[in-house]
Amino acid sequence: MTEVSKYRDKFPQKNPDGTNIIDLESHKFIKVWHGPNHPGITGNMSLELTLQGDEVMECKTHVGYLHRGFEKLMERRRFIQCFPICVRVTVPEPDFNEYCLSTTIEELSGIEIPDAAVWMRTLLLEMSRLQSFLMWIGGQAGSFGLGIIGQWGNYVRDLVLDRFEEITGGRIYHMHMTPGGVRGLTPDGFEKRMEETLVEIEKVMKDIETTMFNNAIFKKRSVGLGYIDPSMVFEYGVTGPNARAAGIPKDVRKDNPYLKYDELDFDVIVGKDSDAFTRADIRRKEIHLSIDLIRQIMNKMPKSGDYMAKVPNVLHWKIPKGETYVRGECTRGEFGYYTVTDGSGYPRRINVRGPSYTHAVALMEKLAIDANIADTAGLMVSLHTYPPEIER
Amino acid sequence: MQKLIERLKEQFKISEVVFQKEDQTYLTVEKKDAVSMITYLRDFEGYTHLVLLTAVDWIEDGYFQLTYLLNNYEKKIDLGVRVKVDREKAEMVSIHHLWKTAATYQRELKEMFGIDFPNSPRINESFILEGWDDIPPYRRDFDTKKYSEETYFPRPGRETHDPAEYMKKKLYPEN
Repeated sequence: MTEVSKYRDKFPQKNPDGTNIIDLESHKFIKVWHGPNHPGITGNMSLELTLQGDEVMECKTHVGYLHRGFEKLMERRRFIQCFPICVRVTVPEPDFNEYCLSTTIEELSGIEIPDAAVWMRTLLLEMSRLQSFLMWIGGQAGSFGLGIIGQWGNYVRDLVLDRFEEITGGRIYHMHMTPGGVRGLTPDGFEKRMEETLVEIEKVMKDIETTMFNNAIFKKRSVGLGYIDPSMVFEYGVTGPNARAAGIPKDVRKDNPYLKYDELDFDVIVGKDSDAFTRADIRRKEIHLSIDLIRQIMNKMPKSGDYMAKVPNVLHWKIPKGETYVRGECTRGEFGYYTVTDGSGYPRRINVRGPSYTHAVALMEKLAIDANIADTAGLMVSLHTYPPEIER
Repeated sequence: MQKLIERLKEQFKISEVVFQKEDQTYLTVEKKDAVSMITYLRDFEGYTHLVLLTAVDWIEDGYFQLTYLLNNYEKKIDLGVRVKVDREKAEMVSIHHLWKTAATYQRELKEMFGIDFPNSPRINESFILEGWDDIPPYRRDFDTKKYSEETYFPRPGRETHDPAEYMKKKLYPEN
């Protein structure tokens, strides 16, 4: 045992549950607020860190900087009026909100949507996943000091947003999926332009792999950081790439196939080391998987046909009493809407289950302990959290 | 799923079973049986993943409905456990010992609905609303419109339309 670790074992002393005993009066600790503005692009959320030297002894997540009460606002609105609100729950990846809400409405009122609309929704969700990962990669690299990756990632993300603009007319918020189907199919020549975009992304990803994943600094800082034990996965409600990095093949696309995912050919990507590097690597592979899935979807989807089922007048639409939970696999994990209706034209309660809710609070507070303060930002981005879905 | 419901009926008082879809079922259980049933489901039936815990305010019937949505990862099925909690004395036994994340959900429910979970970690610390002194805002009797009119300065020139009325006027101006 070295001289340093001998003293480290003695202090600070531990509570029976394993947490550190913090005595601020001893003047051996300092409190630092990490956030609400910080170098990662996870949004406005802050961590109240108690430090001893540069090591984190205690971490408390504080949210509420983005709280607008979406769930309550939706209770006062008709179902169709909920769409402009629900997409704001997760800004970088709004399509999953549209999908979950419109599927809920269709399920509770017993509407079958046309085949072309189902394919279109699959394409939109997969494109959404791709652009969200491309944004994340900049945050992950930036928090470990590789600023340029963010520029490259955002450049290719912008190209995907151009394709979104072609289909939906919007770049960030699309509201293309409405109850009963979608607002339109792909325009002429879309496949060709999408293919060009995908080729460009693959080219940039090659550069990113060389500069980021083979970079000694990135590897040294991320390997071994933020280890999630497989036994923690269910206890802490970990889903998505964070769970898959721990070797648990949890993927809603395979577990409870929705839309057309059962007709697409893909394997769940799993890792085994469960640290920040493995999680980053899994997300890199997910980008390639997403590109492959978009190609498969474009080959299989019908180019014309009916894309909207017959629905009642949306302003007088009363949904029968019931409750359901609709889920999808978003970039961060399991995303779902739990909706309760009471037979009126307004939802009784909509509850958004965002994966960040479990990742950024209970899990983050556990993983940050004993980490270096310089690694906290990287650790936070490696869990891929979006605060608005915590506070809704 | 039918077999599981029968097994549960032998031990616990359950009612209002709804088979919502192929892989999703909802049921209501007595408040005193709830935590022991959830523990049984987690330890013996493989419902190891707590998907969400939330509340619905049925103000006209005078109770909160707590929904524990549990997922069986092996069989890929969901079970929604509904518990009715009296609105006047909103209190429920905590399940933070079963799932670490449950403490966060319970903290939010305490703040947003005023449902107490005694002994849950940091239950009385504010989660989203700092310095809130009104009634819990997600209760149905909290009027968001009245609150915003009282709290924020009204900006002139802003008109809001009821969409149904607006379209009626636009389409049938003669009526």
